[in-house]
Amino acid sequence: MSTVVDDGRQSFRPSMLLYDTRYRSLTIQVVAAILIALGMSWLLWNVVQNLAAQGKDFSFGFLGQRAGYDINQQLIDYNSNSSHARAALVGILNTLLVAFLGCVLATILGVIAGVLRLSNNWLVARMMTVYVEGFRNVPLLLWIIAIFALMAEGMPQPRDFREGGDASMVLDSVAITNRGIYLPMPVWGPGSGVLLAVFAASLAAIWAFRRYAHKRQEATGEILPVLGVSLALFFLPAIVFYFILGGPVSLSYPELKGFNFGGGLHLRNSLIALWLALSLYTGAFIAEIVRGGILAISKGQSEAAFALGLRPRRTMSLVVLPQALRVIIPPLISQYLNLTKNSSLAIAVGYMDARATLGGITINQTGRELEGMFLLGLFYLVLSLLISGVMNIYNASIKLKER
Amino acid sequence: MIKSVFLGTFAAAGLAAGVAGAATLDDVKANDVLKCGISTGLAGFSAPDANGVWQGFDVAVCRAVAAAVLGDSNKIEFVPLTTQTRFTALGSGEIDLLSRNTTWTFTRDVDLKQTFVGVNYYDGQGFMIRKDMGVGSATELDGATVCIQTGTTTELNLSDYFRVNNMDYDPVPIETNNEAIQQYQAGACDVYTTDASGLAATRATFEDAEAHMILPEIISKEPLGPVVRHGDDQWADIVRWTLNALIAAEEYGVTSANLEKMAEGTDNPEINRLLGNEGNLGEMLGLDAEFARRAIAVAGNYGEIFASNIGEGTPIGLARGLNAQWTQGGLMYSPPFR
Repeated sequence: MSTVVDDGRQSFRPSMLLYDTRYRSLTIQVVAAILIALGMSWLLWNVVQNLAAQGKDFSFGFLGQRAGYDINQQLIDYNSNSSHARAALVGILNTLLVAFLGCVLATILGVIAGVLRLSNNWLVARMMTVYVEGFRNVPLLLWIIAIFALMAEGMPQPRDFREGGDASMVLDSVAITNRGIYLPMPVWGPGSGVLLAVFAASLAAIWAFRRYAHKRQEATGEILPVLGVSLALFFLPAIVFYFILGGPVSLSYPELKGFNFGGGLHLRNSLIALWLALSLYTGAFIAEIVRGGILAISKGQSEAAFALGLRPRRTMSLVVLPQALRVIIPPLISQYLNLTKNSSLAIAVGYMDARATLGGITINQTGRELEGMFLLGLFYLVLSLLISGVMNIYNASIKLKER
Repeated sequence: MIKSVFLGTFAAAGLAAGVAGAATLDDVKANDVLKCGISTGLAGFSAPDANGVWQGFDVAVCRAVAAAVLGDSNKIEFVPLTTQTRFTALGSGEIDLLSRNTTWTFTRDVDLKQTFVGVNYYDGQGFMIRKDMGVGSATELDGATVCIQTGTTTELNLSDYFRVNNMDYDPVPIETNNEAIQQYQAGACDVYTTDASGLAATRATFEDAEAHMILPEIISKEPLGPVVRHGDDQWADIVRWTLNALIAAEEYGVTSANLEKMAEGTDNPEINRLLGNEGNLGEMLGLDAEFARRAIAVAGNYGEIFASNIGEGTPIGLARGLNAQWTQGGLMYSPPFR
């Protein structure tokens, strides 16, 4: 603005707002801002008016009221006497659980499929192509329902496991039923805290040893047997202490009790269907991202590595992958966000995620659609921002260090 | 200028919002169609027949209201709704009338701002289970896996019932009746629970209906009835008195067979007022004198509708029970047409 005042030869005329390139963009922005503000205020006004017309208020008081409904999968204590806020928390944790499991499995599947799609083995490469194209070209909802239906219709009912039934448990410890999979569950007896501490200590020791080995290699060029030592550190102390402490951890096996299996760990159909479908679907996209990342590294890099005498595996892990990661991570973040938000399709199979508790039953029982949807949107927004924040930190740490 | 545009937009928005809330009768007449919310499919209550035409006990209420208001029982746009979407659809004006086996409760009436205009079916929540499970009573259901429709009163009753009786259960939340049937038949849940009428209707559609039973315990009161938006008393009155007309018609013996004859005039003044020969009840509602006559002409009186959709002569085979006329020991009781 100050340039206008200083420019003595030409005074400011209103038409310059439109025809002078110095002001035009400013004009357009101001007009756009006003239009957006008008649109938003119209929406807000409409909401206020309609709420008033229906005699409803906008309040979050319902969160403190008794929920009154039960949730089948709870990571924290919950019963029907808990509040709606607690129910929402249970749902949020279920969302986090399936999103976490999904991201881990999708990454593993995606990396394997992405690398194998570049394999020289014709059959392997084609199989991976079929997987990728098959999963990423069919809507996710269909996969969720298909896997759910497969579990519900194809697996035996718990009562088939009774005497004389035609189903039996795998290895006498795992029951695959049409209500989910029952696994043996570890029971943490007295002294198991010590065992966990030992295990944590060995993890720390592995980390310290790898650091030491890396430094030594940088300094002297001598390579230490990292893998062997790591594996030994991982297993030996924990096993030795397990026997010293007299076996503090035991397994609880699922047993048929009445209508259902009792004891053990119950992976529900809904969780399995959602988890597998999300992982397989997102994994197909990640496979393409990984493949693209690897192909983005010029062949000269691996040729140079070979010329220096590096073996193919070391070439992959030391030369190609570190560079490919820079290409892979940013789109990978989007895939993690997609997976997390897609987990709200849980409603199709009755998985009790945040959408089903806070955004479903709570809204329905209290009639607070606006508040509930607002909170739900806020939750997904915060979660997505957190995930991308963490991934961005990781991305910064692996990016090419320019000195 | 910008300021006036701003204010103008506000005023227009406010006006639009205000208009949307009132005078459902005018909207229905202007559109010449009644938007009626029904369930996504429950045999006998609301389900499409072989020709794709919605039929059933709940649908009959929609048809009666359409006949009373618009003079044609087919001027209806049916909107199938799940338990989760029904109230939002009604509140937002997507439908004019919700006739979808909806339980009348305090919270829904007072806090959710719905207006229940009456009860067309007195129901209670029950349990359905396979006979070969060897269970004879709901008190033996400890540890069972139970399929429920989410967003219903049954969900809350179920929770209360098992807690009070100190039993454990594993709820499997399901969105619609059809999905619940699928899960139940695959054995993914041991028990299916919903209103007893719904269970009977569902069981009737099974190929092996005989292999399933409805447990004797009824664990709740579920007065089901049509619902309209809060705040439009005229429209609520129209739906209420159309429903009452069907019930009263049965009480006074007005049937689809003798409707024409009765309409010519009888020596019972109550029937004359009901059918529009005496007084001006229809005009008081904002309709014409013959609104009840048209409503009854669609499918007969309450008893006939009951008998042809869900009564003992149908596969669903529900007895009148609580839904008999008050003169027959039931709860169906229309206030006088006077």
